[in-house]
Amino acid sequence: MKFTHIIPFLSLAATVYATPQAFDFKDPKGVNNAVFNLDAPLESVNGSASGISGTVSFDPENPGATTGKIVVTADSLTVPNPMQKEHLHSANWLDVAKYPEITFEAKSLANVKTDGNVTSADAAGTFTLHGVSKDITVPVKLTYLKDKLSARVPNLKGDLLVIRANFSINREDFDIQKGQFEDKVSPTINLTLSIAGAAVQAANNQ
Amino acid sequence: MRHLLQSLALVVVLAAALTWLATGANRGWTKTSVPVKTLDTVTGIEGISYQQKFLPGVDFLAAAWAAAAALGGVSLLFKKTNKNNADKITNNQ
Repeated sequence: MKFTHIIPFLSLAATVYATPQAFDFKDPKGVNNAVFNLDAPLESVNGSASGISGTVSFDPENPGATTGKIVVTADSLTVPNPMQKEHLHSANWLDVAKYPEITFEAKSLANVKTDGNVTSADAAGTFTLHGVSKDITVPVKLTYLKDKLSARVPNLKGDLLVIRANFSINREDFDIQKGQFEDKVSPTINLTLSIAGAAVQAANNQ
Repeated sequence: MRHLLQSLALVVVLAAALTWLATGANRGWTKTSVPVKTLDTVTGIEGISYQQKFLPGVDFLAAAWAAAAALGGVSLLFKKTNKNNADKITNNQ
């Protein structure tokens, strides 16, 4: 076989190898979470959201090309005080009935630094909350765990991608009680995202 | 009746204070669930679930004290029982 005949196969192999993997963040283990925290005079408002889904396209050979969208179901936001939870979900605050999703769509990464299987970067994208979309930049840490899916979900083979992000937004930027209750609830919302997505190997999908 | 209501107010205050102390003297708001963290060893993510648990806070204490104050206030609507008068009536019979 001539070398020229091998070139198309090599090209195809290179293309397949370089294809980004799609990681699904609907977590069967239910550990994915987004934690939020707002300062308040008596006690800070601490809660979390568990209704997380979305897809991220990640290429371990080129982490800087990562894009994707993470969706948080607004009514999965929980705080331990039932009255606070009722207020949080109400039309006066998040209005979860009208705006059922909180999303972040990452469009590009900057300042990408990779060390082993860990990549840190600044993800630029669109954050949508309470029906208002804003372009923001979020520092993220991506941990690629090759062939680790079976350790987490038996009978499934594939890779895992763990995303961690820690950032703050201002509720007033998203028209949530703008200029109101600043003495009772801080306008700054601190968010911590800890999520894992899975890319299942095709052979195991059957 | 006056004495009964005042005693009841005292019981409410003491019961609320003891409940608050016994459940950890939570100086925040009352909670009906508490977050429980579990570590996913593969990903290193700490999952958060909520366990049903009543944890009275300062609003619980305030509500109990308000109820006790209301009972105390209502008790003042009843006349004091004069023990000497009651004794005199008994002796005259």
